[in-house]
Amino acid sequence: MIRIANGQGFWGDWLEAPVRLVEEGPIDYLALDYLAEITMSILQKQKQADPNLGYARDFPPLVARIAARIRERGVKVIANAGGVNPVACAREVVRLAPGLKVAVVLGDDVFARLDEFLAKGYEMRDTDTGEPIARIRSQILSANAYIGAFPLAEALATGADVVVAGRSTDTALTLAPMVHRFGWGPDEFDRLAAGTIAGHIIECGAQSTGGNCQVDWQTIPNMAAIGYPIVEAEPDGTFSVTKHPAAGGRVNTHVIKEQLLYELGDPRNYITPDCVADFTTVRLEDSGPDRVRVTGIRGGPRPPTLKLSIAYAAGWKAIGTLVYSWPQALEKAQAADRIVRERLRQIGLSFDEIYTEYFGVNACLGPAAPPNPDPPEVQVRIGVRGPDRKAVDRFTRELIPLVLNGPPGATGFGEGRPAVREIVAYWSALVPREEIATRVEVVTA
Amino acid sequence: MKVPLSRVAHTRSGDKGDTCNIGVIAYDDRHYPALVREVTAERVKMHFGAFIAGEVERYELPNLGALNFLLHRALGGGGTVSLRTDAQGKTFGAALLSLEIELGADEMVGVRRQQ
Repeated sequence: MIRIANGQGFWGDWLEAPVRLVEEGPIDYLALDYLAEITMSILQKQKQADPNLGYARDFPPLVARIAARIRERGVKVIANAGGVNPVACAREVVRLAPGLKVAVVLGDDVFARLDEFLAKGYEMRDTDTGEPIARIRSQILSANAYIGAFPLAEALATGADVVVAGRSTDTALTLAPMVHRFGWGPDEFDRLAAGTIAGHIIECGAQSTGGNCQVDWQTIPNMAAIGYPIVEAEPDGTFSVTKHPAAGGRVNTHVIKEQLLYELGDPRNYITPDCVADFTTVRLEDSGPDRVRVTGIRGGPRPPTLKLSIAYAAGWKAIGTLVYSWPQALEKAQAADRIVRERLRQIGLSFDEIYTEYFGVNACLGPAAPPNPDPPEVQVRIGVRGPDRKAVDRFTRELIPLVLNGPPGATGFGEGRPAVREIVAYWSALVPREEIATRVEVVTA
Repeated sequence: MKVPLSRVAHTRSGDKGDTCNIGVIAYDDRHYPALVREVTAERVKMHFGAFIAGEVERYELPNLGALNFLLHRALGGGGTVSLRTDAQGKTFGAALLSLEIELGADEMVGVRRQQ
């Protein structure tokens, strides 16, 4: 049996979580997931500004903080912190934590190969809309193939203490130690599917230990010291999900069911570079305090394609707010929205979208929000987006004047004008998997 | 008897681009058939009205006593494009809990108290 923990569900997750995982009990592998769909494009911009950046900068200092403990306990760290510059990330880890052996997985970055792919006739149509990529070719900022567990397992086989990858899938970080330690081959679909689903369960950190859980949330113990999840994996593909006993949180079948359904598409076809997992085969059992046993998982062969994660520049946006007070707070906020739209029209500005929400009334729930006829205050939140940065910037001047020249009782403008932000949008497309060749390098000081 | 969905199920929701998914999970597996019967793709689409521009798909996971809904074009463009507060669909699951469903007298066993 091996213990694989997840200590970061995204870049920006709780900094104490991975430290507590290595301090509070036994684990063998610490998986850290840093990359969301749009993170790569942010990192690409950072690398353009400074060729030594382009990775999750939280990661090297974290490794330095836990270096002594992981060496003492033999814990291996696996992270997709490398972003678009895994080598620079690995070098920084070596600099801050000398004495650790660091391996880096390369080959996911295909930004420089897009025209080659187009010349070969790969249209790289968006997997959601079916549009060919040609429309956005000139706006592309980054392009990376999602890579699976086998390249990460190869990196673990070097004996590295720390494995740094770029755009590996979230689930591969958990599956890789199983492939490495249990010697699973690419045709052992059921086991690979089991390890993949184990990864899905823990890849969002505390969402599998009681975080963001609706079931009796008021009674979840010690959320301030919530434990992050640990998978205890067996060579036959069965596993248990748990947490360190002294840590806060809760692990039971209801918690795990919520996370199994999180960001799920077709449950029979959960496609990864390693296999296709079938979530309708999962069997759960409460097998002890804060412990769920998972069995029965079936899967199918890996697909002939790999998915690309592509980020592209898609215009500009700004979002501004004002607060209106009782009485008639909602009516005042609605009047302010009408006035802003009329003034934008008068000066001849148009946008792809103008979108208004009323905080305290319908911002989150839209038409499903319960009625709130006379709220004590309402925040009007108006957003615009479009291709013209100047137009978006001009919009940001239209909210604060309303405090003096619009309906009475406006406040809450202390933050000043809203910021204009570039929209970096996400495109996913498929290419034949033979196009992506990964390799492992050991990085030394 | 009409009860809100919150008395028999819990939910979690999230995003994939401009698609929102909502997992609906029975507190008690005995209520799974009622979920299948009552919480249809059409009713979920109606519940959110104009908030979602595309179709709603439903998948069944009897092994978990759960349904998975995909709400297409539901997030105002999704991710970084969307101008919404909840561009990631985090609150859609909670919003669905107010859906009224019809349970037979024999199905009232195990229904949770109003929360």
